[in-house]
Amino acid sequence: MRPVIRVSNLGKQYDIGVRQEAYATLRDRFVEAARAPFRRLRRGAGGRVPRHVWAVEDVSFEVEPGDAVGIIGRNGAGKSTLLKMLSRITEPTRGRIELYGRVGSLLEVGTGFHPELSGRENIYLNGAILGMARTEIKRKFDEIVAFSEVEDFLDTPVKHYSSGMYLRLAFAVAAHLEPDVLVVDEVLAVGDARFQRKCLNKMQEVGSRGRAVLFVSHDMTAVTRLCRRAILLHEGKVLSDGPAHQVVSAYLNSGLNTTAAREWPDASRAPGDEVVRLCAVRVRDGDGAVSDAVDIRRPVEIEMEYEVLRPEATLVPNFHFYNEEGIHAFVLLDTDLQWRNRPRPVGRYISTTHIPGNLLSEGTLIVGAAISTMEPVVVHFYERDAVAFHVVDSLDGDSARGGYAGPMPGVVRPLLPWRTSFSPGLGGDDLSAEGGM
Amino acid sequence: MAGRRPAASARLPRVIDIPASKRPSVPSEAEPTTSVAPNDENGTPPNLSSLPDEPLTVIEPSRTWAPLKWSDLWAYRELLFFLVWRDIKVRYKQTALGAAWAVLQPVFMTLIFTLLFGRLAGLNKGSDIPYPLFALAGLVPWTSFANVVSTSSNSVVNNASLITKVYFPRIIVPTAAVAAGSVDFGLAFAVLIGLVFYYGVMPTAAAAMLPVLAVMTFLFALGIGTWLSALNVKYRDVRFVLPFIIQLGLFVSSVIIPSSALPGAWRRVLILNPMSAIVEGYRSALFGQPFDWPALAAAAVIISGMLVYSVYFFRRVEKGFADII
Repeated sequence: MRPVIRVSNLGKQYDIGVRQEAYATLRDRFVEAARAPFRRLRRGAGGRVPRHVWAVEDVSFEVEPGDAVGIIGRNGAGKSTLLKMLSRITEPTRGRIELYGRVGSLLEVGTGFHPELSGRENIYLNGAILGMARTEIKRKFDEIVAFSEVEDFLDTPVKHYSSGMYLRLAFAVAAHLEPDVLVVDEVLAVGDARFQRKCLNKMQEVGSRGRAVLFVSHDMTAVTRLCRRAILLHEGKVLSDGPAHQVVSAYLNSGLNTTAAREWPDASRAPGDEVVRLCAVRVRDGDGAVSDAVDIRRPVEIEMEYEVLRPEATLVPNFHFYNEEGIHAFVLLDTDLQWRNRPRPVGRYISTTHIPGNLLSEGTLIVGAAISTMEPVVVHFYERDAVAFHVVDSLDGDSARGGYAGPMPGVVRPLLPWRTSFSPGLGGDDLSAEGGM
Repeated sequence: MAGRRPAASARLPRVIDIPASKRPSVPSEAEPTTSVAPNDENGTPPNLSSLPDEPLTVIEPSRTWAPLKWSDLWAYRELLFFLVWRDIKVRYKQTALGAAWAVLQPVFMTLIFTLLFGRLAGLNKGSDIPYPLFALAGLVPWTSFANVVSTSSNSVVNNASLITKVYFPRIIVPTAAVAAGSVDFGLAFAVLIGLVFYYGVMPTAAAAMLPVLAVMTFLFALGIGTWLSALNVKYRDVRFVLPFIIQLGLFVSSVIIPSSALPGAWRRVLILNPMSAIVEGYRSALFGQPFDWPALAAAAVIISGMLVYSVYFFRRVEKGFADII
């Protein structure tokens, strides 16, 4: 059958340097120009060259009408970049995409919604932004309103909507797009479960009407349910492409989906500079096994493997811990005296920090890994979301919870000793007697 | 490096586009430069008999200088309409005086300049037009122009959420900002006309030039706004520099001081500023005075040049918008 999308040898390169100085100011330009001669000198002496990253590399596939294709892979695998190229938001660095139909992309729900405008006005505005003609919106208006379940608030500015109403209205507009190819990013991860199901059904309907759906998700259940076929991306390349259930189970068993270990085998993609380069970050449980779920009572070890490229640098590896709410829970600096203030010879190192049991709080901890030099402060790299792991309390009664099973706030949950003194009877006088103990 | 095209990395991305919002049946003038006709292995897909043989859109690394895609702009004309409508609807939300601000801004400035210059400096000697009228006739187009330039210069950055999430010809964004400003201009201009009659100045045939002057004002604003909006994505300095430039512009655009009050050498320099000729043109049209045709012709040439350059500049840098905004 003739495809509706044909992607051939698609690649997108980002220059990391450029991305970091996204908000270049004119002043930076002048400073840069002034510095340029020196930089050229340094580069001549084997210094740093601009770093490029291929977010998507040599990707080829075809999608036929009626196909529903799930695109999976861990964070940073290139899924979003691929979607952005298919939606023509960003241009490829090389390769080619042929589209044989109208593409509607849903990278976000409610794109262009204006808080000051009413629900009715936003339906028209959002519809036009998503590529619907005015006549088309007019024709589907009642249907959209019914789907959104916000009939009574149509003439209220959406800034007064609850977040649920806002999302329902936004999705209702999007769900009535009728492109030949629907490109959907993880937008279903919003709203309540009932509404999510409604949206999934709507998308399935689109698929069954002979239109193609491209669906990026971390929700493997949704992928297997919605898609017949799945494409697994890894470091920008297609790792496998086939029936959804096969690709999904291969992915789940491959260890690629684990967040407990992250490796950078390719030196050109690894975080770092000319002094030191990150090779891997791993979370190990009390038994030394790489694991993304640890018992709250057992110790955890976080290790950082790195390569020192230039001798004579004093380096301080450090880990930054964030909880699910994005709170910076704590920082661990390598205080080991063996290497503190001591220049490190070129070579490969593994630095491990040991976190005792009964210290972390339950939930997910996201670990950022960095290596810095302290005087003067130079951050050689900082990999923000290097690894993540879950701290689990099995509620056996010997954790800091004691026998309590309800919600328990706090960024840490140490198990610390308690002491209670007791004096029998009701009289206040006895307290003084107890004080003498 | 298998599978990579040699030299491809040296090329910049390019989108050869055919109106994406249109139904497949539109047999676009796609000019798919290098596109190969897809192999049609007999038969049409089951439910979609309308899919075309030629790709509707080809996305490829692009050339550096790309011309404007008129077909694409036409396909997205409704979006342009909705963005203009949104900007107009939202502009005076939660203000007590609403659209009256469009009139009050130039009126207040007229009061200030009348007090400062009309009385104290006695600038308006040798003309039978009262100074307040003279000033307002300059300030109405100037204020509209200045507002439109500053809103359109910030428009791309302010619409970052759209640009990173949806495709449409990016040039629609500064264009919509300019178009939305025309409503303010219309309101303020109506008041100006009222004042002209109030002072007993009768319109002459010269008033026929007013629409032409209005078009020139807005095309010039579009040229500058388009250019600055693209520059602003990379260099946020634009936002800080612009107010100064606009302040300066007020003094070199014959708004408060007639160019006839300037020495000859200065007048020749002023020709380089199209707004000066346009502002003087408005006065000539309103008060039935002779036009400075050479200055107006120079303005038209500069405006056209600016517009063409801006559009090319915008097209050249727009592909990077989503990555750096």
